Amino acid sequence: MAQSYLYRRHSLLVRITHWINVIALTALLMSGLQIFNEHPALYWGKSSYTGEPALFEVAKGFPWGKPSYTGKPAIFETANKFPSWITVPSEQWLAMGRRWHFFFAWLFVINGIVYLAHSIASRHVQRDLKPTRADWRAVWRSAKDHLLLRHPQGEAARRYNALQKLSYLLLIFGLFPLILLTGCSMSPWLNSVLPGWVDFLGGRQSARTLHFIAAWTLVLFVLIHVIEVVITGFWNNLRSMITGRYRISPGGQL
Amino acid sequence: MRSRRYFLRQALTSAGAALLAGCDALSNSSWFPKVLGIGEHLSSAAQHLVTSRRSMAQEFTEADLSPEFRSNGTANPEDGEYQALAARGFQDWKLLVDGLVQAPAEFTLAQLRAMPSRTQITRHDCVEGWSAIGKWTGVQLSHILALVRLQPEARYVVFHCADPMWGTAEKYYESIDLEDALHPQTILAYELNGEVLPIKNGAPLRVRIERQLGYKMAKYIMRIEAVKSFAAIRGGKGGYWEDRGYEWFAGI
Repeated sequence: MAQSYLYRRHSLLVRITHWINVIALTALLMSGLQIFNEHPALYWGKSSYTGEPALFEVAKGFPWGKPSYTGKPAIFETANKFPSWITVPSEQWLAMGRRWHFFFAWLFVINGIVYLAHSIASRHVQRDLKPTRADWRAVWRSAKDHLLLRHPQGEAARRYNALQKLSYLLLIFGLFPLILLTGCSMSPWLNSVLPGWVDFLGGRQSARTLHFIAAWTLVLFVLIHVIEVVITGFWNNLRSMITGRYRISPGGQL
Repeated sequence: MRSRRYFLRQALTSAGAALLAGCDALSNSSWFPKVLGIGEHLSSAAQHLVTSRRSMAQEFTEADLSPEFRSNGTANPEDGEYQALAARGFQDWKLLVDGLVQAPAEFTLAQLRAMPSRTQITRHDCVEGWSAIGKWTGVQLSHILALVRLQPEARYVVFHCADPMWGTAEKYYESIDLEDALHPQTILAYELNGEVLPIKNGAPLRVRIERQLGYKMAKYIMRIEAVKSFAAIRGGKGGYWEDRGYEWFAGI
C-alpha cells in the first residue's frame, strides 16, 4: 500500500483571509443582531408603514410594550428579541453595535478584494473552484454522497468535489455580493447614486429583510461547512487551514 | 466519555463567555471604539466618492405615503417656553438665523410660508431600522442662507431645538456641512402630508436632509447658526446623538 503523505493544500493568503473572514463574519452577525434588536420587525416594500402587516415582528421585549405601528398583526411573530449572549455589545447599545458592524464590514470587504485578486491572479479560482465537465455530470451523485456522509478518499480528496466547488462559488459570487448589496441599499446616501435603484430589490425595507435572510443563509452555510470539516477529518482539515498541510492517505484510512 | 463531553461543553461555554466579556470590555475601552471609528471615515469617503454634491434622494408618489407618519424621539417638548408658543399656534415663534452670516435675521412662520416652497415625497430612514414615507413642504435652507449671506469662513450649519431630551435640561441639536445645507432637497418643512406640521413631527419647523438618517433631521427648530467648527458646541461631536456615540455622517 502507498504511503500517506502531507501536501500543501492551502496557500498562505487563503489561510489568512479565511481566518479574517471567521472573525469579521462573527462580529458582523453579532453586531447585526444588536442592530436588528433596536427594531425587531421585518417588512416587505418601500417603507415599514405601507398599510400592510409586517412580515415578522417581535411581540415582547420592548420596554414600551408591543410594537403595533402597522396597526395590523404581523404575518409572523416571535416572543423575544435576540438574547444578549448572541449580540455585540451584549446590552442594548445601538451606537456601539453600528460601530462594530461598519468596521468589520470594511474588514470583510477589503479581505474579500484581496482574496479575489489573489485567487484570480494565481488561478486558484480557475484551477480549484471552476467545475469541470466531469463535476457537472457528478453533481447529483455528489449530492447523494454528501447526504449519505460518503466523502472522497485517498487521491480523490486532493481536489474539491462537485458540490463543494458549487457551494464555494455560490458563496463567493452569490451570497457575499448579495449581502453587501442589500447592506449598501439600506444607505439613504447610496440610494441617491441612482434614485430608485433600491426598488430592484423590492424597496428599502425589502432589502433589509433580504439582508437578514442572507445573513442566516450564511449561518446555515457555516453550520454545514463545520459539520463537513468534522466528519471528513477534523484535525487534518484544521491543520490544512492553519499550516497549509493536508494528509492524503491513499489507503483510505485517515 | 461523559466527563470528556462535560469538559468540552464547559470549555466551550467558558470560551464563549470570555469572548463576549472581551467584546464588552473592548466596547467600553477608550481606544477600541476609536479604531472601530475608522469604518465611519471609510464609509463617508466611499459614499462621497460615488455620489455628486447634488445627487438626489428618491422621490415617491402619493400612493407610497405611509398612512400615518410615526413620531420618534420627542413627541411633545417638555419646555415651558415651547408650550407657550404652541398654545398660540406659533404666532409668536420666530426662527433666528445667526452666527457667521453677514445679516443675522429673524423669520416668522408667516414670512417663511410666503417664501418660494418645495414639496417632496421622500422616505425617512430611522437609525433604528424602520422607514416611513411622507410628503413635506417647506422653504429650501439655501434660500434662507442666501438671505442672511454666509460669511466665507462658515463651514457648518447648526440647528438649535426647543426639546429637552428625556427630562434633562439638555436640548436637541444637530449640524450639517454646507454640501447638505445647500442641497436642493434640504428644506425647512412646515407642512406634512398637506397639513400644518403636527407637534409630534416637529412643529413649527423641522429640517429635511434626505440623504441621511432620521436623527440628523432636527425637529422644533428655534435657531440656525452658521459656524466654522462645532468642536466648541456642547459635547463637541456636532449633535445630541453624536455626543452619545452615533456617527456625525449618517449616510448609512
